[in-house]
Amino acid sequence: MSGISPYWRKTRWLTAWLLVVWVILTFGVSWFARELNEFSFFGFPFGFYFAAQGILLCYLGIIVHYSRRMQALDTEYETEE
Amino acid sequence: MLSSLTRLQRYYLYYTGVFALFVLLLALLERNGMPPRWVGYAFLVFTVTMYATIGVFSRTTDVSEYYVAGRRIPAFFNGMATGADWMSAASFMGLAGTLYLQGFQGLAYVIGWTGGFVLVALLLAPYLRRFGQYTIPDFLCARYGGNTIRLIAVFAAILASFVYVVAQIYGVGVITSRFVSLQFEVGVFVGLAGILVCSFLGGMRAVTWTQVAQYLILIVAYITPVAILSYNVTGVPVPQMVYGQVLEQVTKLEHQLFDAPSELEVRELYRERADLYAQKIMQLPHSLTQERERLSIQINELKSSDVQMREIVALERQRRELPQDPEQARERWEKEMFLAVDRSKPPIHHAEPFPGSSVEERDAQRINFLALIFCLTIGTAALPHVLMRYYTTPTVAQARQSVFWSLLFITILYVTAPAYAVFAKFEVLSNLAGIPIAKLPGWVAAWTKVGLVSIEDINGDGILQFAELALNPDVIVLATPEIAGMPYVVSGLVAAGALAAALSTADGLLLTITSALSHDVYYRVFRPQSSTQFRLVIAKSLLLVVAVFAATVAAQKPGTILSMVAWAFSIAGSAFFPALVLGIFWVRATRAGAIAGMLVGLLLTLYYILRLEFGGYSWLGFDGGRLDPWFHLQSTSAGVFGIAAGFATNIAVSLLTRPSPQAAAFLERIRRPGNQVEGP
Repeated sequence: MSGISPYWRKTRWLTAWLLVVWVILTFGVSWFARELNEFSFFGFPFGFYFAAQGILLCYLGIIVHYSRRMQALDTEYETEE
Repeated sequence: MLSSLTRLQRYYLYYTGVFALFVLLLALLERNGMPPRWVGYAFLVFTVTMYATIGVFSRTTDVSEYYVAGRRIPAFFNGMATGADWMSAASFMGLAGTLYLQGFQGLAYVIGWTGGFVLVALLLAPYLRRFGQYTIPDFLCARYGGNTIRLIAVFAAILASFVYVVAQIYGVGVITSRFVSLQFEVGVFVGLAGILVCSFLGGMRAVTWTQVAQYLILIVAYITPVAILSYNVTGVPVPQMVYGQVLEQVTKLEHQLFDAPSELEVRELYRERADLYAQKIMQLPHSLTQERERLSIQINELKSSDVQMREIVALERQRRELPQDPEQARERWEKEMFLAVDRSKPPIHHAEPFPGSSVEERDAQRINFLALIFCLTIGTAALPHVLMRYYTTPTVAQARQSVFWSLLFITILYVTAPAYAVFAKFEVLSNLAGIPIAKLPGWVAAWTKVGLVSIEDINGDGILQFAELALNPDVIVLATPEIAGMPYVVSGLVAAGALAAALSTADGLLLTITSALSHDVYYRVFRPQSSTQFRLVIAKSLLLVVAVFAATVAAQKPGTILSMVAWAFSIAGSAFFPALVLGIFWVRATRAGAIAGMLVGLLLTLYYILRLEFGGYSWLGFDGGRLDPWFHLQSTSAGVFGIAAGFATNIAVSLLTRPSPQAAAFLERIRRPGNQVEGP
């Protein structure tokens, strides 16, 4: 389609790759939880730690990154349209 | 420092201060002899009065204020309100208990219920806000056109929300009856009053500001007891940081205890009991008559000898309580059998993911774990009462930021729940298991009386084995103050927190149901010409009707209600998620596709749940008993099939039908940069 604006193209890319990161963290890492438990992290078995705390911090990171990037994209393109 | 805060932040700071003073005052009074029951009353009256005050001050007669709080809620406070809206009685009381019972497997709830907010942030919140109407059916209707899709959406929203709201009111009944010893039914209607004072006069605006207040109370109440317990055990009052060491000790204790000879003996005894019940069920109805005869002979024998009357009475009661007919006997004995089977299994090691004795069993556990995460995430991202909150921020950027705040405030509770579970397990393994039953700590007896803890000395050695102890999930959070030996005021605080969690979620859900009925059905479908004033009158009266109806259902104590809540996620996920996401990201999605996708997803999910849980329905043409689970998936994960089928149907039917002409223009509007928003 010809009507796709650069703003929307960039938004889509950002969304897509953050979603991929999200899928890998949520389903990929969890799949290997048994193996990850071999490592220790601050006294926690790592697989347990990641599922109980680590992944939540990653989720927050994803949302912060998205929010910042979108803010930048908004200011960049808002004036042009 | 105070001056750098906004006016609202200062208000809530004062409010928190007042609440802290109130708790301290009660602690002092308790030390000077105020009875625990009064402490409970004081908490109930004080907190509900505060919510009511906020509710009355936020009253409104403006439609936009009533449905979306005038779109003036700053991101930070919307995040806090969403946190309270989201975290229900189940999160507050049940999550830690589930983690205690299931160990690592329970973390699926933690991951699923937080991971969903990433989807909300990336895929939904900004677009809903830019669209800027009132409800989720509004959005679907504007994107796809026509009232059919609006009505399907209304049906799904009410289906997912109503069971959920009944469970919250039920939770309120449980809390008030346990902590202030009101009768359960009275407690339910006190809860109803608590819900109505927040939402009736002020709609979304009042609900938002009370939810912020409720969040503050619930989070303080959740963290305080476990922080004190953590300080007692490890010397550091930050349980989230230090429970790793405790977990290590738990693992050590598990290795020592689980295969001890006495534990093996107890589990063997439970296995024998399960076999006995299985045998009795096989020989029905003969076994029931036999049982009755056996008791009669015993009673007659006792009567002819000169034993105490008490023993005869006990046996007679046993005979009286025997099942009436074979049907009832089967039901009761099956329950007993499954209980015994559960207890005969080797216990789960807390930190071990996907436990199982064989590779297949482990793989089934892993698949269920990931499937549950999938359903809970998609369900979280599709529950209308959460999505609606993102209509209330002033700008699109604030909607994005407010998802961050929501997740942050929710995370604070969710990283604490596993700590609760580990500390409780440590307490049980080190201070209960292997102790003579006569010397058990006082809190065990107190909660046994309420029926949340049960102990059975099956091998008769007078010592409590780990397998002989059964805990109800709710008890973990509720009993922690007593486990740590804290005064009753802390228990009261926990009850106030649980009450806040239940009330705030119930408010949000009630508002969703009401706006679906009054805004979507009445105003949009039946009477588009009705005046704004009259619309609000309708909304308020419907709120009252729905609330009273929900409370009446809750007062019947429906037993399965709590497990039904887990299904709400699958229902909402399969009905809304494909239609919303494809609607935003795929211009080719058509009305026919969306309608077909929603119906197929919803019906498949319902079919799987009903067939798996309740077996055949001859009047619907399904016979042959219960369905065998597909891919070993439990009914809580029914949404996996519903969501997949919903996406597939939506895409297939959309490609077969002609593209909707208005889709491109609609998408152009919600996909453009900046903060300009649609809106009435």
